[in-house]
Amino acid sequence: MSNKNITISKDLFTPAHIDPANSEKIAKKSLNFWQDSWLRVRKNKGAVVSLVVLAIMLIMAFVGPMITPYDFDTQNTKHNNLPPRIQGLEDVEWLPFDGTLSRRDGTVYNAYEVRKIDAYYWFGTDNLGRDQFARIWKGTQVSLFIAFMAALIDMAIGVAYGAVSGYLGGKVDGVMQRIIEVIVGIPNLIVVVLMILVLKPGIIPIIIALTITGWTSMARVVRAQVLKFKGQEFVLAAKTLGASNSSIIFKHMIPNMFGVIIINTMFSIPNAIFFEAFLSFIGLGLQEPNASLGTLVNSGFKSMIAFPYQMIIPSLMIAIIMVCFNLVADGLRDALDPKMRD
Amino acid sequence: MAQREKLLEIKNLKQYFNEGKVNEVKAVDNVSFDIFKGEVMGLVGESGCGKSTTGRTIIRLYDATGGEVLYDGVNVHGKKSKKQLKDFNRKMQMIFQDPYASLNPRLKIADVIAEGIDIHGLAKTKQERMEQVYELLETVGLNREHANRYPHEFSGGQRQRIGIARALAVQPEFIIADEPISALDVSIQAQVVNLMKKLQKEKNLTYLFIAHDLSMVKYISDRIGVMYFGKMVELAPADELYKNPLHPYTQSLLSAIPAPDPISERTRKRKSYDPASHNYEPNEPVEFREVTPGHFVLCSEKEFKQFKVQSK
Repeated sequence: MSNKNITISKDLFTPAHIDPANSEKIAKKSLNFWQDSWLRVRKNKGAVVSLVVLAIMLIMAFVGPMITPYDFDTQNTKHNNLPPRIQGLEDVEWLPFDGTLSRRDGTVYNAYEVRKIDAYYWFGTDNLGRDQFARIWKGTQVSLFIAFMAALIDMAIGVAYGAVSGYLGGKVDGVMQRIIEVIVGIPNLIVVVLMILVLKPGIIPIIIALTITGWTSMARVVRAQVLKFKGQEFVLAAKTLGASNSSIIFKHMIPNMFGVIIINTMFSIPNAIFFEAFLSFIGLGLQEPNASLGTLVNSGFKSMIAFPYQMIIPSLMIAIIMVCFNLVADGLRDALDPKMRD
Repeated sequence: MAQREKLLEIKNLKQYFNEGKVNEVKAVDNVSFDIFKGEVMGLVGESGCGKSTTGRTIIRLYDATGGEVLYDGVNVHGKKSKKQLKDFNRKMQMIFQDPYASLNPRLKIADVIAEGIDIHGLAKTKQERMEQVYELLETVGLNREHANRYPHEFSGGQRQRIGIARALAVQPEFIIADEPISALDVSIQAQVVNLMKKLQKEKNLTYLFIAHDLSMVKYISDRIGVMYFGKMVELAPADELYKNPLHPYTQSLLSAIPAPDPISERTRKRKSYDPASHNYEPNEPVEFREVTPGHFVLCSEKEFKQFKVQSK
């Protein structure tokens, strides 16, 4: 209790000087919506890793077919059904890139040496002797293209339809929503299969078939958002200032929905990839010599026991793409719309 | 008083929702009043009594079910050309209740404030536009550096001032303030109300001030209208209303104001209002009558006479 004697006298204090001009100052750096969201995406490790993997996939989808000396559609029946073999990696025991196959009785042999072929097919060849490496990246390219196109068209139709339906409201809204319900009510697969049968298989018909039913969920989400914003005060304020309907929708509503729209699109991309693969697998997808991941799995599946690599590699590609897109979409959802968590 | 210029005449305004259905709501039912140039008209009443709906119907956010709103003698409602609507939008503006919902979170403050300037083409060059924005920011007590920031970086009071700046951007004559202070804490309320008072003097504005805080309404208003269940029950100059409340609902409302004095607070009696206490006959006409000059009460003939005696 030695410091009990210390007295603090009044003259030790001076009033703090507060500058009223500084009281309105904001010291923090101004971040816009995207910068702010990026900060939050970066914290999600799964999303960042997936983003990098997707970027590599995307680059390889375009570069891949060019870095092998073989074309994706050139047949070389002398070189058919060769297992994967990669220079440098062929001596590594535990990697499946040594060009060996196993017979039914379990004995392992090197297909390249037995057939006296001096070549390197990184992912092997298919039953017509086409280079799988080129075909897989070409297939990834086609699958991604179909998925992106389908998602973009879904987004365009869905946003426009939902915005009109929600904004006009009343009877128009009622009719437009009933139309959506009818479309949703018909099983998706039936519509898509019938569309493909009518349109003949190909990239464009698949995109059309996917979008013809795919836009409904986006339209519903956007309509709900428009209904939410319609009564908000900043929209009313714009109305009292005399803003036109289109400027209210495009300047005030849609920018506020970007998060939801992007998330919905990101989740619909893996869906489209999956659906495309499914169509190809049941034989309604692309036709030879074109390749998509689905057709590759389909043709690999036929010789699954003898040449498992023909099916495993494209299946892995689909799995990786789907997982990555889902993780990225999940990360974006957390970042763009914190309210939607859990 | 009588020769004051009428800016706004509201005649038998009706706003029904779900008209003709079981769940019909008469949000505004046969309300008539005038607003004179340069005055502050206060509008009070309990939650859900139709104050905000009245304000929003006046500014055309809702289409009126019946009645007219005459601004400078011109009807606000009904079919209008784009140009007429734009002219009208410039004259009449609104300040909103919730400062957190009334600014678009994706726009910078400069774009929020300049929206009216852009719509009405009030600035010819980009530089002129920014100059106007800076001037407005300074008028409402903010810094020009704030123009490049986003709404979420501001406090409630600052946001409300941004909302005021946005309304002022088109140089309106008449501003509807829809509970502009009820979402703010008390110390900020005073700031905003004083700012509004100052602006009113400087720019010769007319306000329709909607609120449920009676002391604040008394502080800012020249005349006060009291609403109850979609009807205007009493309308009088502010002091008159406080000194001589005639309608039992007004009396009940005034008896609810807490006093910052523990001794008088202990003796304060809270009056409650029962609409049945009027004992109106089934077909008795209940009208809005002028008891003393400028003091209107919704009452029957019998009550009218009684009020007249009371006010003498």
